[in-house]
Amino acid sequence: MLTSILIILFLAIIIGLVLGFSSIKFKVEGDPIIDKIDSILPQTQCGQCNYPGCKPYATAIAKGDADINQCPPGGEKGVRALAELMGVDYKPLNEEHGITKPKSIAFIDEETCIGCTLCIQACPVDAILGAAKQMHTIIEKECTGCELCLPPCPVDCITMEPIEENTENWKWKYPVYSISTIKTKVNH
Amino acid sequence: MKLLDKIFKFNGGVQAETNKKVSTKNPIKSLPIPSELRLPLRQHIGNIAKLRVKVGDQVLKGELIAEADGNISAAIHAPTSGKIKSIEKLVIPHPSGLPDFCVTIVPDKKDQWIKKTPIDWEKIGIEETNKLLLNSGIVGLGGAAFPSHLKTRNNRKNPINTLIVNAAECEPYITCDDMLMKERSKDLIEGIKLVQSLLGAKETIIGIEDNKPESYEIISKLILKESNIHIKVVPTVYPSGYAKSLIFLINGIKISKEKLPPEYGIQMFNVATIIAIYKFIIHGETSLSRIVTITGNVKEPGNYDVLFGTPLDSLIKDAGGQKIKTNTFIMGGPMMGFKLPSIDVSVTKTMNCVISAEPEMIDNKKEPLPCIRCSKCAEACPVSLQPQELYWFSKSDQFEKAQNYNLFDCIECGCCSYVCPSNIPLVQFYRYAKSEIIAESIIKEEADIARDRTDFRILRLEREKKERAQRNAERRAENTNAEKSKLIEEKRAEIKATLERIENNRENE
Repeated sequence: MLTSILIILFLAIIIGLVLGFSSIKFKVEGDPIIDKIDSILPQTQCGQCNYPGCKPYATAIAKGDADINQCPPGGEKGVRALAELMGVDYKPLNEEHGITKPKSIAFIDEETCIGCTLCIQACPVDAILGAAKQMHTIIEKECTGCELCLPPCPVDCITMEPIEENTENWKWKYPVYSISTIKTKVNH
Repeated sequence: MKLLDKIFKFNGGVQAETNKKVSTKNPIKSLPIPSELRLPLRQHIGNIAKLRVKVGDQVLKGELIAEADGNISAAIHAPTSGKIKSIEKLVIPHPSGLPDFCVTIVPDKKDQWIKKTPIDWEKIGIEETNKLLLNSGIVGLGGAAFPSHLKTRNNRKNPINTLIVNAAECEPYITCDDMLMKERSKDLIEGIKLVQSLLGAKETIIGIEDNKPESYEIISKLILKESNIHIKVVPTVYPSGYAKSLIFLINGIKISKEKLPPEYGIQMFNVATIIAIYKFIIHGETSLSRIVTITGNVKEPGNYDVLFGTPLDSLIKDAGGQKIKTNTFIMGGPMMGFKLPSIDVSVTKTMNCVISAEPEMIDNKKEPLPCIRCSKCAEACPVSLQPQELYWFSKSDQFEKAQNYNLFDCIECGCCSYVCPSNIPLVQFYRYAKSEIIAESIIKEEADIARDRTDFRILRLEREKKERAQRNAERRAENTNAEKSKLIEEKRAEIKATLERIENNRENE
């Protein structure tokens, strides 16, 4: 009787120690679900979801405050991935938040730019280079195409240019062909 | 020598109709300098070459037009002397049919060389030689266009024991390497000796398919006295010229999928590339021309020594023109090649063969039928994949699964499509899936960068806010006396007035 109690007690202590140790040692920083959602979101940081960026939106989804269909740049594919991750049903994109557009990047007409720095302040990824009363320009590679620089521009010198297909980003197309049917005589 | 005779057969492969005889009847023909040369800046794997000339410049033959941008890139030189006419986007021989930057040269027909500087590579050492090779413009001329200096560079971790010379030329229709071996065998042997010593390799094995007996005879005679150069005949099974297949055929070494031949002490070069390296180091001649097989529906199929940038239509004209008018031209062979977007393209470093497609090659192509799961494709796959599974996954956009089935090991050799009894364009599906996956991974990378930048921006804004608050606090402490606060009041009033004025203006508008 006593031996069995001691054995159980001993086991409990050992397991308790192991669990306690691993909870400290393998502690997960932050909320993993938020990071998982964030990694699906396209990181455009456009705010069309009514949150100030992708991370806040991810947090809202994780909390259950926001729906999964509020991200137009992520498109249908993004919604599907989120639905799978959250274990909910797919629903079409909520058009209140905008529609999916082909990826574009901002372009500043350098002739018209007056160097007011308003767009620089608006850019969520610091992709605009310039200084007060100096011409501004977009760092093409860093631009996410969020369009947040468009409204603040006092001279409307920023336009969105869709990314053109070139030999570098060209993709092989899905093979389309008609499958022929074999005519067979059916004997009744 | 016994081991040398042994051939290790690889799995899969197909024995297709080679159609090589038609283009080997006549010797290699050199062509007069065309009236215009159009050189695309993208002719190789890696970064696009960096332009070094401007419109109106006079260039000499062999002069640098565009230099290698970074290590994985190759330079481009003027194939003849002349004047730069334009630098603009034109259609290049690429499956997309999209335009890309090209330099157009109008030759002055003097064909005047720039000063040639042969390299005393033994004196300056392999590393310096490699730096020069970076701007030699030499890329793998077998069709892959991999910059050659990346293969010759000294690798302390993986010393090279064996140089394998790829003379298999397994793709049907193509005969440019065969003709090269027949006519320039002496240069080839000298080149082999040179590359072998550059690499520090102990021996060289030339792998040649058994459908080129003449070349085999010529080379065997030349290497009789060379104790460390051997030639090995491999059976005509497509794709024996694929690097890993040829290595297995010759040495019985299976290069595992994540590894490259140098990790096994082996390096491989195509015959034409060897001659290009030889010409560069011994004669100081940069990569300016190549041999192109023109075959199919032309009156005089054969091999032509052409300058890079030569317009394809002039080349077809020199090959006697087309027998029947077709607008379909296939670049590369029938197995791996692609349909050229138009005839209005120029010869590039990758253009080993152009087939003027006969009507029956296109029109009579049978329509695809549904997959019957016969698994013939799996039997034919030289890299032991399961093409039928890859087909299902690629077709239904299940890219993750396709990757789990090693989609990226596929060499797009076309054996599966060739044997498919249902005529399904299998390779096209794999190409589609691969480019979708690559595009997705690029989007992912860009998203990661954007995430980092936003995080940093938030951090920066917080930091700036703190700094501003601190500065304000300091200033407030200074501005305790009334005079200063009065001044501030005045300023505030001024700002307020300005704001009102702006508001009024807006309303008036």
